[in-house]
Amino acid sequence: MNAFAQAQVMSHDGMGASRLILEVRDLNVWFGQDGDSRRHVVKGVDLELYAGQCIALVGESGSGKSVTARSLIGLAGAGSRVEAANLTFEGETLLGRSDRWWRHVRGSKIGLILQDALVSLDPLRPVGKEIDEALWLHRWGDRASRREKILKILGQVGVPEPALRAKQRSGELSGGLRQRALIAAAIALHPNVVIADEPTTALDVTVQAQVLGVLKQMLARGTSIILISHDLAVVSKLADIIYVMRGGSIVEAGPRDRVLNRPRHRYTQQLIDAVPSEHTKGTRLSADGGVLRPGLFSQSRGRSSNNRVPLLDARNIVKTFRSPDGIRRTVVKGVSFTLARGETLGIVGESGSGKSTLARVALSLETPDSGEVRFEGRIWTGAVPAEQRQIRKRISVVYQDPLSSFDPRWRVSRILTDAITLANPSRAQDARQYAAALLEAVGLEPVHLDRWPLQMSGGQRQRVAIARAIATEPEIIILDEAVSALDVSVQAQILDLLTDLQAQLGISYLFISHDLGVIHHMSDRVLVMKDGKAVEQGTADQVFYHPKHAYTQSLLASLPRLEYAQLRMAASAR
Amino acid sequence: MTASVTGQARAASERQRSIFKVPLSVALSVLVALFFVAAAITPAALSTHSPFDTDLLSSLTPPASDHLLGTDDIGRDLYSRIIWGTRQSLLIGLGAMAVALTSATVLGFAAALAPRWIAEPIDRILEILLAFPTLLLALLFVALLGPSATSLLFSVGIGTAPGYARLIRAQTLKVKSSGYVEAAWALGHPGHTIFRQHIAPNAFRPLVALFALGIGQSVVWASGLSFLGLGVAPPSPEWGALLEAGKANITVAWWLEIFPGVAIVFVALSFTQIGRYIQDRLEGTLHQ
Repeated sequence: MNAFAQAQVMSHDGMGASRLILEVRDLNVWFGQDGDSRRHVVKGVDLELYAGQCIALVGESGSGKSVTARSLIGLAGAGSRVEAANLTFEGETLLGRSDRWWRHVRGSKIGLILQDALVSLDPLRPVGKEIDEALWLHRWGDRASRREKILKILGQVGVPEPALRAKQRSGELSGGLRQRALIAAAIALHPNVVIADEPTTALDVTVQAQVLGVLKQMLARGTSIILISHDLAVVSKLADIIYVMRGGSIVEAGPRDRVLNRPRHRYTQQLIDAVPSEHTKGTRLSADGGVLRPGLFSQSRGRSSNNRVPLLDARNIVKTFRSPDGIRRTVVKGVSFTLARGETLGIVGESGSGKSTLARVALSLETPDSGEVRFEGRIWTGAVPAEQRQIRKRISVVYQDPLSSFDPRWRVSRILTDAITLANPSRAQDARQYAAALLEAVGLEPVHLDRWPLQMSGGQRQRVAIARAIATEPEIIILDEAVSALDVSVQAQILDLLTDLQAQLGISYLFISHDLGVIHHMSDRVLVMKDGKAVEQGTADQVFYHPKHAYTQSLLASLPRLEYAQLRMAASAR
Repeated sequence: MTASVTGQARAASERQRSIFKVPLSVALSVLVALFFVAAAITPAALSTHSPFDTDLLSSLTPPASDHLLGTDDIGRDLYSRIIWGTRQSLLIGLGAMAVALTSATVLGFAAALAPRWIAEPIDRILEILLAFPTLLLALLFVALLGPSATSLLFSVGIGTAPGYARLIRAQTLKVKSSGYVEAAWALGHPGHTIFRQHIAPNAFRPLVALFALGIGQSVVWASGLSFLGLGVAPPSPEWGALLEAGKANITVAWWLEIFPGVAIVFVALSFTQIGRYIQDRLEGTLHQ
């Protein structure tokens, strides 16, 4: 089935007689010199974009989606070679153009919105100036009319008080405002096409919803958008046509509803299945699993069978920090929670809500200003160090960035045997063997023992981090954004792995994430945090289906969902 | 994924092969350093004359086949004196470095890890010491201890210590707040294990190269002090003392100043070159 044909059929469906703006045939991009080191990163991609349409390139890291989009504005990168049978933008070819020609086209005819506004904006320049430069470069109007224009555009992208904001630097703006300022700079000259490369990836959900709203308005005004994203839910909000990319090729292309509801390619189906949400609860997200040897955990350790006392009991935790300017900020304001044996408590909140600090207090790595944490009824915040260490061995932690949590001088074997012998000195003799069994339990192989973490992929590193976490035979694992940096299919495998380990080893999880879908998929109970307070607590279904607090409701309302999911539910009900 | 792994494996094997392909400058430096180390261990084997035998008939002869680097005002063979002086000069350099690193390590770790009431004063004192030029600090200690080889060693060592201490402190602070140290705390390791397993080795990593760099520099500092008459006294063939003794005859016997100076330059350059090379390689393996 030809991707091009499908796309064409769709575009004539609802769009009427819209104009073909961009046409790409057989686009190939290589990196590196000829010979061994040369890599073929985009392989024969066909795309077309009509006026006022949004096409989305969906894929995981390394799928070639960003390189494809950047080739369309002559920014494929240093050392790249771009070839195509046809690369036409508004009737003009984009191949073999001079830098001078590109400078004229970029910004005025094709705009680019990048992912991280903090890096993409000059920290020393007011954002108004940033937009002004785009206008000035293309010789747009005089100083007074440019100023008027800047305020108008900032207003258009939903920046409140544009006159004030235009004078502020990027560091003084919140993430959402920064991203909107970046969009404003990209659309200042009303380009017909805007390429948005992961425009909402670094943003909290409520901010993400606002930015998606801005992009939607742009579409309504007739701008075409090429959206690049790994997030199917975001894509389902905006895209008319979806191109699914893998390993540099387009594996499937078609109208949004068709691709999401009746994917034809196995990989598309995998991607859709891998998205955790309220509908996936209790199901497996991936096909992959580890091998758990019986007797992985020693039988001898004394697990109290007392189920009336919660395993972890945090009461009225308050934690303040002194910031560099000397002001004391209260980061956690009187939060209480309990965690029972074998249970998963999800802690969800946006960045800066205090959830990671709460986790550090629960680990007793931070001493709370007031309140206490009890482990099996024993107070362990402020206990003597030797006693604290005994309890720490029974609580493990997995961080978002596993690489930085490994000593750079250590191979995987040393990382694991260190934890194994710490928890159980009698294992010193066969620690390496046990480390191999742990690797198998997390879906790796014994050969990985002699690898450096640097040589491993993100998913493999996270598996090693989990192997280390279970090496001490803990009763609780704190997972602090542990799957947030992973591709969706890898994330699915890790979530499945965690579910398996919990079922077989009876470990309790304190699962911290900003991702509502992941939280709903994993958690038995959920705690919603905002500005250091626990605004809502309850079972996952209670919180997600009948949220009581206004903040939870607004969080859920701004969460982009895969619209197809309801259709799938309806279909399976029939 | 597989591609990147094989890529890294190839890079690793290339690194291994390149051990035998060190740059020419480094290879030469190693030869020069080995020569001086040999001279320090068995000066008798490398020298042509006794360093103390006087021969007034051939005083102040220019370099010739009989006296390779010429003779001094009482006819002692300069080449042999330089060879015999190597041991003392190198030992002062090494010893000064050992004194510097030991005190810097204690102070640096204390400034980074001790409770505030210890760390803060140490930090302030280090800052004050850093404000003085190294030579001035060394002079101060020579004045206190009196001129001798031992006092030279301690003076240069203590004079250069504050810089190293600040470096160790900065490295330690960085490692202390790293993810793997927090992970070790979270696993339940006691503080001394974390210090031994993670903080000390990772904080010391960049200092291995500094040690080689520092030996060369210490030799220069020590010779400088001897030249000023504040270190080893002239009958000794220590290089700074040779320079000091030769300066009276500099108008008629240029070799008395040039050759000991060349020896100092050779030692300083070769150790510095080796230190730089080690530094580059260590950083290379960290950021592979």
